[in-house]
Amino acid sequence: MKLKNLLALFVALLLSLSIILALSNNTLFPSFGNVDLNDRVSGEYLDQTNIDDVGAANIVTAIVVAYRGFDTLGEVTVLFVSALGVALLLGSSAKQKRLELDFKPNFMLRVGSRALFGIILLVGLYIILHGHLTPGGGFPGGTMIASAILLLYLADDRFRAKIKGFKILEGVAGSLYVIIGLLGLLLATYFLQNFLPSGTLGDLLSAGIIPIIYILIGLKVGSEISGIIDNFLTEEESA
Amino acid sequence: MIQYAAIVLFVLGLYGLVINRNLIKMIVSLNVMEIGLNLFIISIGFVYDGVAPIITSTNTVGAVLFVDPLPQALVLTAIVIGVGTTALALAIAKGFYTRYNTYDLSKAEEDL
Repeated sequence: MKLKNLLALFVALLLSLSIILALSNNTLFPSFGNVDLNDRVSGEYLDQTNIDDVGAANIVTAIVVAYRGFDTLGEVTVLFVSALGVALLLGSSAKQKRLELDFKPNFMLRVGSRALFGIILLVGLYIILHGHLTPGGGFPGGTMIASAILLLYLADDRFRAKIKGFKILEGVAGSLYVIIGLLGLLLATYFLQNFLPSGTLGDLLSAGIIPIIYILIGLKVGSEISGIIDNFLTEEESA
Repeated sequence: MIQYAAIVLFVLGLYGLVINRNLIKMIVSLNVMEIGLNLFIISIGFVYDGVAPIITSTNTVGAVLFVDPLPQALVLTAIVIGVGTTALALAIAKGFYTRYNTYDLSKAEEDL
C-alpha cells in the first residue's frame, strides 16, 4: 500500500515536470509577467473607445456581463442545474426537519447572529450594486447573502428559511435575465445587447443593463446557494 | 517562473485524488486541483507593475499598465462552476454515507 502511494507521488511529480518543461521550452508561451496585452484579445477590452462604449469602470465586469453575457447566462444555468441536482439527491420539501446541532444555542448567540445578519446582507447588497465600479459583483455578493443565511442556520437550531420564497425569487431572476436579453434582441440588434444609455464612466447609474443583470445574478446566486444550504441542513423525518 | 508552483499544486491535487479512498478527502483534492488551475490561468495574465483592470480617476488607459482582465473573467466563471460541482459531489457523498454508513470506498466495498 505504501509503495503504491510512493509510485503515485513519483508519477505525479513526473507529470508536473513534463508540463513545466513543455511550457518553459515553448516560445509561444510568454514568460511570467512579460506580456504585451496589445498582442492579445485583451488589448481590445482596454481600448478607450470600447470602454466608453460599454461604460463599466471594472473591465472584468464588462467582460463577464457585456462581452460574454451569453456565457454568463450559461454559467448561471450550470449553477441552477447543480442546485437542482442537490435538491433531487437530498430531497427538498417544506416538511423536512432540521438536522440537530451538537449544542444548544443560547439567547445571546441567537440575538447576536440576527444583528450580524443585517450587516452581512447589507455588505452583500453593496457589493452587488457596485459590481460595475469596484471589485465584486453578482457572484461574490450573492454568495455573501447566502453566507448570512448560513449564519442564521448555524446559530439557531430551530431556524428554517422560507425555501419556497427562494425558489420563486430564483425563477423570477433567471427569467428576467432572459427577458432582458430578448429585449436587446427586440429593441437593438442582438441578444443581450445594451439598449440603455451607457452614462458617465464611474457613476453608480451607468453601464446600461450591466448593473441590472448583475443585481439579477446576485439574487439568483444568493437564493440558489441558500437553497443548497437548506438542503444540506435538513433531512427527511425518520418514520 | 512562479506560475509553475500552480502546476505543482494541480498535480498534488491529482495525487491526492488517486491515493485517497475517502470521499470527503477526494472532494478536497478535487478542489485543490481546481485552485491550482485557477492560479495558473490568473498567472498567465500577470504584467509586471500592472494594476487591477479597474478604471479610476488616476488609473486611466495609457497612464498605468493593467493586468490582463480576460483570465480573471474566465476564472470567475470557473470558480462558480467549481462551487456547483463541489455541492453536487458533497450531496452524492452524503447520500453514500446514509446508505453505507461510511465515507470510505474500500470499507463500503467490503460490506457489499
